[in-house]
Amino acid sequence: MTLGGAVRGRLAGGIVARLRHFDPTILIWLAIAAVLILLVVNPLFRLILTSLQDPVTGALTFDHYIYAYGRQRHLTALLYSLWLGLAVAAISVVLAVPIAWAVSRTDMPGKGATRILLLGAFITPPYLGAISWILLAGPNAGWLNQVWRFLTGAEAALVNVYTFWGLVIVIALYSFPYVFIFTTAALDVVSSEMEDAANILGAGKWQTTFRITLPLVLPAILGGAMVTFLEAIALFGTPALIGLPARFTVVTTQLYQFFSHPVRVEAAAAYAMPLLLVTVLLFWVQQRLLRRKGFVALTGKGGERRPIRLGRWRWALLGHTWLVLSLAVILPYAVLAQAAFAKAWGQGFSFGNLTLANFGYLLFEHQSAARSVLNSFTYGAATAFLAIGLGLAVAYIAVRRLVPFARVLSFLAMAPFVIPGIVLAIGFYAAYAPPPLSLYGTSTILILAFATRFLPIAYANSAAAVRALNPEMEDAVRILGGTRMTAIRRVVAPLLKQSLVGAWLLVFIPATRELSTALFLSGPNTRVMSVMLFDLSEEGKFEHLSALGLMLLVVTVVIVAVGYRVIGRDFMLRQQGSG
Amino acid sequence: MSKLSLREVSCAFGDTLAVDRISLDIAEGEFVSLLGPSGCGKTTTLRMIAGFIRPTHGTIAVGGRVLSTPESSLPPERRGMSMIFQSYAIWPNMTVAENVGFGLAIRGLGASEVRAQVDRMLGVVRLGDLRERYPAELSGGQQQRVALGRAMVVNPEVLLLDEPLSNLDANLREEMRGEIRRLHEEFRYTTVYVTHDQAEAMATSDRIVVMNRGRIEQVADPFTLYNRPRTRFVAGFIGRTNFLAGRCNGGALHFAGFSLPAAPLTPRPEEGAPVLLSLRPQYLRLSGEAAPATAPWRLQGRILHRTYLGEQWDYLVEPAPGAAPLRVVAPPTAVHEVGASVRIEIDPAQVAVLEAGAD
Ligand SMILES: Nc1ncnc2c1ncn2[C@@H]1O[C@H](COP(=O)(O)OP(=O)(O)OP(=O)(O)O)[C@@H](O)[C@H]1O
Ligand SMILES: [Mg+2]
Repeated sequence: MTLGGAVRGRLAGGIVARLRHFDPTILIWLAIAAVLILLVVNPLFRLILTSLQDPVTGALTFDHYIYAYGRQRHLTALLYSLWLGLAVAAISVVLAVPIAWAVSRTDMPGKGATRILLLGAFITPPYLGAISWILLAGPNAGWLNQVWRFLTGAEAALVNVYTFWGLVIVIALYSFPYVFIFTTAALDVVSSEMEDAANILGAGKWQTTFRITLPLVLPAILGGAMVTFLEAIALFGTPALIGLPARFTVVTTQLYQFFSHPVRVEAAAAYAMPLLLVTVLLFWVQQRLLRRKGFVALTGKGGERRPIRLGRWRWALLGHTWLVLSLAVILPYAVLAQAAFAKAWGQGFSFGNLTLANFGYLLFEHQSAARSVLNSFTYGAATAFLAIGLGLAVAYIAVRRLVPFARVLSFLAMAPFVIPGIVLAIGFYAAYAPPPLSLYGTSTILILAFATRFLPIAYANSAAAVRALNPEMEDAVRILGGTRMTAIRRVVAPLLKQSLVGAWLLVFIPATRELSTALFLSGPNTRVMSVMLFDLSEEGKFEHLSALGLMLLVVTVVIVAVGYRVIGRDFMLRQQGSG
Repeated sequence: MSKLSLREVSCAFGDTLAVDRISLDIAEGEFVSLLGPSGCGKTTTLRMIAGFIRPTHGTIAVGGRVLSTPESSLPPERRGMSMIFQSYAIWPNMTVAENVGFGLAIRGLGASEVRAQVDRMLGVVRLGDLRERYPAELSGGQQQRVALGRAMVVNPEVLLLDEPLSNLDANLREEMRGEIRRLHEEFRYTTVYVTHDQAEAMATSDRIVVMNRGRIEQVADPFTLYNRPRTRFVAGFIGRTNFLAGRCNGGALHFAGFSLPAAPLTPRPEEGAPVLLSLRPQYLRLSGEAAPATAPWRLQGRILHRTYLGEQWDYLVEPAPGAAPLRVVAPPTAVHEVGASVRIEIDPAQVAVLEAGAD
């Protein structure tokens, strides 16, 4: 001990020794913590504060809550959102589970094409789906109704998208891929042996499927259904395009109305609370549900897997699959493309009706459409770099446990996962629109809000990538004399390049089409494509709308195709864990 | 003066004490192994020496300079050491030559100097013609050589190895451990070698540190460790052995079922004290009753069981009716039938007296 004491005396002999051993990572931790507080904590804090404060005196008040929940119309909107979420979740399960089972477990033909079209449904911005469905099922000129009238000579319309159930179906058609992803992920690890065990005991093919296989993946199906529920209640574009003309509001469109003049941020903040709380609660439930691994019975290796022979039933499943995919992708894309190249979309498919004028108008005549296309992609790229940079830094620090309380950082990085985009937007508005920062309408606030919104994607993917990296690779650099930064530059970065490109795309793609966050924060010069589309929809020129939508879609498809090649087939249809 | 010295070093992770007050001095140029079962704290000790982990108690010094204390720790990159990892940790994004040259480049050597030294080292580890390959194109043994070359080319103060051979198959393992010893004889780096394989430790080391549950059980050269283990743990961990537990009374050692004179034993057990002995199966001899007896200790026993292994016989012999059986290894010519009565001869000079009471 005396030796130890002497040694310690020598070390303490100077601040120099302390400085020599000072660990600069703590400064980085502080910097990242500060950024996360600005991006995640402060907006939420300001949201809550705004809802409870008198805007003039700053005194505590419940007036905003009384106003927000004191009107019949506002309460009805809450109820509509609830029914909407439940109906979308139920229909998504009905649409998705047979397809998931067919793709994962059976010999149904055309699985490759099915997956590609599903990916198509998944990457279609829901508001584009809504626009397409207005073209398909508008009560007067909608294609389906035109064909119906032509075939039957009837006067009345067959379908009308401008109804509650129209809204439900259109949302479900672009949400069901979530259920598909969750369900296939679970089905893919159920081994045939487990089914064989039931077969040997005398259970038939269908009995096995309904008594063994589906119960095994039930938690995954429920997990997927919850995500679609949350998607549906947080969605803004589709309810605005379909619900507002049909004269009913849901929570998100009601929130938007609080922002039309006079802007009532306080009421919006108060009114946003149920959305936030329900989301937090359901994600918590979902995590608990999916964590019960014993129930999902993962056999680890997956065992041997043989596709089930469907026999005659294959045609029934094939029919279901292609009906769903036609409604979600094939028909909508066809009418969107037709309208984009048409002089007047109602006049149908004819050479005389073909034109490029819509694109010309958008790109060269319209005062801000071309700008919005540019904005979307530059903001998307900036967002992706920012989110990946921040997410990777947090992931690296957390996975390598470089500092105490690294878990706090990872918790903050994952937190936006449970904040609906529209709520986040209101939080950002409350926090950064007023002076001193006055960021409203700037590209800065858009990029920061986007980056926050998609930070969980960046973080989860980065963390998975870092976790897959053997820390001894970095230890080897350090013991040979390189600093941690050298290790990151020379070893970590090159080895993570590919996964980071994938993560970058996974942020970039949704960032280029984000509507609800952008709508509340963008100004005249910072409009992005999604906001532009929304503005054009109010003019009712569907040809222009379709042309802009088609551009967005084509670019997205190209980017996803690149990702497909660079990163691998399943890079978007993988279950994005909240890890 | 010792090159590397650990003073009462402990390391706790939360409630678990991974390393418990170990002290150790290693001389310049010495090759020392840390040997012990899984989870006994070998890696933790090695990583503390390397500077990746800070001790929670005690100090670590190299060449008289204190590098680690609980309050502060010189980062690994400033210790001038080298380490070879269990996973090799060869960087897959660099060629063999880039891997080996990395440490030199970090030290600021010029390109031509790096190249010359890399070439020399690739020759030493016999990788000369693979210099432009990427690690994915190398076999396990070749990757291991890259790791060795990369660690040694920088002329380290101390060379640390953490189970470097555990990912190799048995043949290659034997070859590589010879290689490691050869390289040590060539360069004489002060080396700390972690393994849980006693044969590996015996074959390579000047001295072996046997660890158990975070503590040092015994530090000795391989011969002493095998023949004079101090604790029951060491005797049982290094090779196979028979334990005899009894008590010393009236100049005799009393075991269950039989007694032996205490006189020939060194150190002589104290009167009245419990005694624990370790008898290696190789040092016991079986003979027929007619043969002349030579060893000072003789017991009349009976063969309980036997296994023929070609190179040797494994016998299980009952030294007295009802006593715990002893394992005896005999040459292939020493044939005894099961149930036969035999004489067991024991040379007390080959018997290790263990610290009784320790487990
Ligand atoms: N980072 C850590 N956090 C908590 N406990 C740890 C950590 N690292 C090691 N331990 C614990 O400390 C003890 C010693 O671990 P160590 O890795 O040093 O063992 P080892 O002797 O190298 O074993 P092995 O032969 O299996 O590699 C173990 O009980 C282990 O569980
Ligand atoms: Mg170890």
